[in-house]
Amino acid sequence: MLELSLHILDIIENGINAGADLITLKIIEDQKNNKLSISIADNGHGIPSDMLEKVTDPFFTTKTVRRVGLGLSLFREASRRCEGEFKITSRVGEGTETSATFRLDHIDLAPMGNLESTLSSLIVGNPGVDFIYDHEIDGERVRLDTRDIK
Amino acid sequence: MSKLTIEDLKKIKDRVIKENTPRLGEAKIKIIVHMGTCGIAAGAREVMNSLLEEVAASDRTDISIVTAGCMGMCSSEPNVTIEVGNEEPVIYQFMNANKMRQVFKRHILLGEIQTEFALARG
Repeated sequence: MLELSLHILDIIENGINAGADLITLKIIEDQKNNKLSISIADNGHGIPSDMLEKVTDPFFTTKTVRRVGLGLSLFREASRRCEGEFKITSRVGEGTETSATFRLDHIDLAPMGNLESTLSSLIVGNPGVDFIYDHEIDGERVRLDTRDIK
Repeated sequence: MSKLTIEDLKKIKDRVIKENTPRLGEAKIKIIVHMGTCGIAAGAREVMNSLLEEVAASDRTDISIVTAGCMGMCSSEPNVTIEVGNEEPVIYQFMNANKMRQVFKRHILLGEIQTEFALARG
């Protein structure tokens, strides 16, 4: 993945495939603490705890059409490369939250890229799903809730 | 039979609105952009973007665009499946923004299947 916004698209697709109808994307860019954090939460059917340990294994997938599952492992590696932390928590029946942090000035940090394109693809491509996009850059905040505009 | 209350009517209204979002309401043509990790890494988002532009420019309201996961053909991503009415779906492979525009103009608008880009039919 060449852009962080592509990782975001990928992880959100996971949530949609898990039957979610509300996805919350929260991005915080904090220059002062040199930290970028991205968190994606869904209200899908969740991941059982025994499976949760395996989801970041690239050779684990719930799909039967192929034998690898790279989305979460790539996102975790992107974060690790930039001295960040990756966390995934989930409760069956309630949803999943994936979050990753990055050192903002790390040389290996991929650009955010075309986040508008990620959001427009998601919103148009999934008419039954609502999205909350919350982006904070050094205290300034932008928020979009598709429930307000639909 | 018990009487219908305003509440019941509201519930029916909400349900119908939920089931028939504007785009899907009169859709005769369904375009599925496969957006698994493999598709996204191969450029499915740019394909999706060009498709959105073409649909907007065409002023058609009978086209629904949906994203879907990987269908197992990771090596031929980005894949796009097109279903026109009751015809057999056509799966296109190795798509990019330009091929998507051509497929939209020829296949969707004129009904000419672009066999040179197709992976499979049916």
